Amino acid sequence: MDRRDLFKTACVAGASALVGRNLAAQGRERVGGGGEAMGVLVDTTLCLGCRACERACAEAKGLPLPEDEVDLFEERTTSPDRLTVVNAYQTERGRVTVKRQCMHCLQPACGAACLTAAMKKTPGGPVIWREDKCMGCRFCMISCPFDVPRFEYDSANPRIRKCDMCFERLQEGEEPACVASCPTGALKFGPRTELLDEAQQRVYSQPDRYVHHIYGEHEAGGTSFLYLAPVPFEQLGFPTHLDTTPYPTYTREFLYAVPVVLTVLPPFLLAVAKARRGEPADESGERWTE
Amino acid sequence: MNARAERAAQMATEFRRFVGFVVHELRPKGRMLTPFNVITASIIVVGAVLLAIRFTQGLGSITNLDQRFPWGLWIGFDVITGVAFAGGAYVLTFMVYILGQEKYRPIVRATVLNGFLAYVFYAGALLLDLGRPWKVINPILGNSFGVSSVLFLVAWHFLLYMTAEFVEFSPAVAEWLGWRRVRRALGGLTLGAVIFGITLSTLHQSGLGALYLMAQDKIHPLWYSEFIPFLFLVSSIFAGLSLVIFEGSITHRVFHDRVGARLGRSHDDILIGLARICAGTMFVYLFMELLVLAHGRHWPLLTTGWGLWYLLEVAGLVAVPAVLFLLAHRRRNVTLVRGAAAMTLVGILLNRLNVSVIAFKWYAPNHYVPSWEEVVVSLAVVSAELWVFRWVVNRMPVLATAEETERGRSAGRGLRLVA
Ligand code: SF4
Ligand code: SF4
Repeated sequence: MDRRDLFKTACVAGASALVGRNLAAQGRERVGGGGEAMGVLVDTTLCLGCRACERACAEAKGLPLPEDEVDLFEERTTSPDRLTVVNAYQTERGRVTVKRQCMHCLQPACGAACLTAAMKKTPGGPVIWREDKCMGCRFCMISCPFDVPRFEYDSANPRIRKCDMCFERLQEGEEPACVASCPTGALKFGPRTELLDEAQQRVYSQPDRYVHHIYGEHEAGGTSFLYLAPVPFEQLGFPTHLDTTPYPTYTREFLYAVPVVLTVLPPFLLAVAKARRGEPADESGERWTE
Repeated sequence: MNARAERAAQMATEFRRFVGFVVHELRPKGRMLTPFNVITASIIVVGAVLLAIRFTQGLGSITNLDQRFPWGLWIGFDVITGVAFAGGAYVLTFMVYILGQEKYRPIVRATVLNGFLAYVFYAGALLLDLGRPWKVINPILGNSFGVSSVLFLVAWHFLLYMTAEFVEFSPAVAEWLGWRRVRRALGGLTLGAVIFGITLSTLHQSGLGALYLMAQDKIHPLWYSEFIPFLFLVSSIFAGLSLVIFEGSITHRVFHDRVGARLGRSHDDILIGLARICAGTMFVYLFMELLVLAHGRHWPLLTTGWGLWYLLEVAGLVAVPAVLFLLAHRRRNVTLVRGAAAMTLVGILLNRLNVSVIAFKWYAPNHYVPSWEEVVVSLAVVSAELWVFRWVVNRMPVLATAEETERGRSAGRGLRLVA
């Protein structure tokens, strides 16, 4: 055990007595998400790059329709009024087109960052943003490992904008707009566990077609969007250095230590202050204190 | 019946005298058209205009922030650096009220005042940066608590700590107003406020570092480590004390007629004592930096351009001033103490900006650079703080005891309140 682990153990042991059980329980809830947590499987080998999903998204969200003609190889990013984009990459196996949007992490960094709980993982899968809560601090943008949340810098009443997996459509039992619009089945909506099974099956049954990697299975602790690709994901602009640790874990230790410090330090300081004798002098001399 | 009427009349006179006193004190003292006043006032006016634009047209109208760089100078300088510089208050109150080092008592008030104002203005600058500041009541009133958020913790601590520091400073306000009974009651609260304040400070000084724990892939490895919270905490000790040294030296020149005999006599001694504490904590910090570097096996990075930048910060602006502090202490050289403090402040400024702005997304093409508007607003925040600081120091017993201040007043430097 090295120094760091020793420290960690000490902290965690102390803290868990106080809040540990509580937080750990929350954590579990979020990881599992139940059998019915939904997700989307993106099979880039089936994607034509037709951008029907971009248009469907804009329509569903009341955003300006995307330009008709774009050079897919010129990488575009999402923006406050474009919540999903399709980009093309020249790879060792030719052109591959990829749709990108919020990954809907199982334990989202944005949610752990948000001090108003405006960003929230819903049990059904979507990570949503709630306008009535957000105070616009943009800590979610600092924390998201995929750089997804966007901020309306040109508005006096700015919102955070990102894909919410069509949360409202899901409530009504519909699929996300992008999935419904996809002509080839490159996008598939369903319970994440089933999608994962399906993805594995595709990879195993067609090893020539796919690389042996389901992006989103473990990245950042797992995401509700899962990707299949014919080439390694770094060729498609995905961050591939991400740890498999869920991001909220990185601050959890610190937060565990907080109640410990709050309960241990004050009595300690008081004891030290009381232990020393000597007249308690005051700034302003006798006249003010006698 | 009669007695009551008399009492009411007495209270009315008291009240009238109180209002008259406050109105009198609100008036500016001294010459108005000094270079300092002219420059800072224009900065504040321009800053106010810029903020009006910002609040009507959005953050993008005057800042260079964008989707890749959501936090810039206002967070990196005003909040993160400003709060580190304000660390002197918790360190000094610890030394004086907890450890009983009476030697430092004469500078406690100025430091606490400075800390309090720093939190009001610099932590308050967080509000300027919020896109939807009117929602700030959400995490405070509790209709939506994001308890898993480090920022939640930090924001709450800012608020609580401001209160604690105000309580610590409140005896000076009571003395200024001549409220003896209140003064005595407030004095009884000090130790509690100090203990609470120190606890809060350890947590939010480190918490500011913990803000970046989830941004680990975005910060250059020389500045990111899982130990950022500890590094921020330890460096806030010598950052805060260096500011105390620096600020004290300036205050003494500017407000020399407000400095009491006790402080005047011991000031050099105090600075030399602080120099030793700075040196000690800086060596601890350097040792931690070394461990972190070894732990991450980042030696090879030191020969890159970023490595040189890192060495400038850690070797040039922490190790060198640490040695200078030590020398200054040995030779009892106050000028050297001031020089070392100035260097340390630059080093801390660099460190906080490196973590929050400069080495954040160091790989990005077209890195964020603050706009002139952002710089002016930041300077306006600093200027406003200095104005309030000056106003308070010129009126309340901050640099001198209440009795000395009273004597000063009767000698014609202001209204004599207590007959
Ligand atoms: S990808 Fe980013 S914005 Fe989307 S859920 Fe994950 S952390 Fe949140
Ligand atoms: S900007 Fe809004 S959603 Fe993002 S962390 Fe801040 S309060 Fe939460």
